[in-house]
Amino acid sequence: MAPQTCAICQKAKAMVKRPKTGEQICRECFFYVFETEVHNTITQANLFKPGDRVAIGASGGKDSTVLAYVMKMLNERYQYGLELFLLSIDEGITGYRDDSLETVKRNQQQYDMPLKILSYDELYGWTMDAIVSQVGRKNNCTFCGVFRRQALDRGAAMLNVDHIVTGHNADDIAETVLMNIMRGDIARLGRCTSICTQGEDTIRRSKPFKYAYEKEIVMYAYFKKLDYFSTECIYSPDAYRGHARVFLKDLEAARPSAIIDIIHSGEAFEVREEVKATQRVQQVCQRCGYMSSNALCKACTLLEGLERGMANSGITDRARKKLDAEGPAPDNLRTIPFFKPPSGGPLIAIESVS
Amino acid sequence: MSTDSNTMFLKIEFGGGLELLFSNQRSHRITIPSTVPADNNTSVTTKDAASPATRPADVTYLLHHLRDHLLKEREELFMENGTVRPGILVLINDTDWELEGEGEYLLKDGDEIVLISTLHGG
Repeated sequence: MAPQTCAICQKAKAMVKRPKTGEQICRECFFYVFETEVHNTITQANLFKPGDRVAIGASGGKDSTVLAYVMKMLNERYQYGLELFLLSIDEGITGYRDDSLETVKRNQQQYDMPLKILSYDELYGWTMDAIVSQVGRKNNCTFCGVFRRQALDRGAAMLNVDHIVTGHNADDIAETVLMNIMRGDIARLGRCTSICTQGEDTIRRSKPFKYAYEKEIVMYAYFKKLDYFSTECIYSPDAYRGHARVFLKDLEAARPSAIIDIIHSGEAFEVREEVKATQRVQQVCQRCGYMSSNALCKACTLLEGLERGMANSGITDRARKKLDAEGPAPDNLRTIPFFKPPSGGPLIAIESVS
Repeated sequence: MSTDSNTMFLKIEFGGGLELLFSNQRSHRITIPSTVPADNNTSVTTKDAASPATRPADVTYLLHHLRDHLLKEREELFMENGTVRPGILVLINDTDWELEGEGEYLLKDGDEIVLISTLHGG
């Protein structure tokens, strides 16, 4: 094949075929369009205002490493006026997270950003290694997911930031749309494509890479020689997501626009008011002050099960009844420190605004 | 560079977690024949000449070679239907292989092929 010239500058040799558009472009134009599209995503959604303190949820993986690099660059190039931080959660998985945290520590130096690492051990008194040794490999992802979500908010509160940005990319969001359809989870389907989820008084979360293809993120990291860590979690990965992922990659191979098309489909769904009305009103966890749709938040429920040696009580109704039958939680039960949102105000929150 | 015109020297680089399937080694230097069996059989050399159907070595042949000679585990995470599994990016001399004819690209002595998995999370 004869080398193609870049469709944008018409000068340099094309080196990337953009999955979203099929355009063939050179390396420099690829950097420019990738960065500019993320900037457009940020400005069109009005994600930030000058003076915002923003934490980048950093795992050491490709998405968050590229996000940290691009956020720093755009903040300087377009004068967003943001104060940026790296926030990492240490789940306590030997041989997985300890290695990836070394990458985050290097990123801290390379990008000159303050880093906060919050561990499950510090917050909950349990590492994932300890949790898996008690619950086995079947339901451990439930614990990890619930604990990580809350740990990110708590780490953000410690940094006194207003906003957390995460590296979720277009592929991740399209996968989530498919999973919510397959599970019939209409409430989540209605909100999973939102670029920003926000409760009143709680910490905003957003996804500046919402429209960025994984292929382009990996190409960007490769051409920029960014330092990232890649491995699989040593505990069984989310099998259901794995199926959605393989299906999505097959669709992408046949028609690369499939990913962005699925996101657009997800955005176009309108959830009827009657369906929205069945969603639980958010309240505050009686035990730890974190937002919750029940008297106890999910993390406190899971932690109580672990502490009382009945870990499944947070997973199945049957195990929960068994736990309740044994009486109320003992007074000396280990609990999560009381949550104080950065604003200091009361935490009355809804999970998202549409 | 190869001095023998019947073989060629290639630089192979794995990334994004794909190296885990290849002895956890990112960089490999390999030599493959310049002319290869049309059926991608990597265990015979064309010098055996019993098999008349041959073609110049291309990326598809290289993928079979990597699978048969360098891959240490979980073949299904590397190849599917005679090509790389969807989600693995291939660069030929730093250019997206989609611009170079993908598997049909004819290899040249000294080419550098990079394979990166996008399937590993963070």
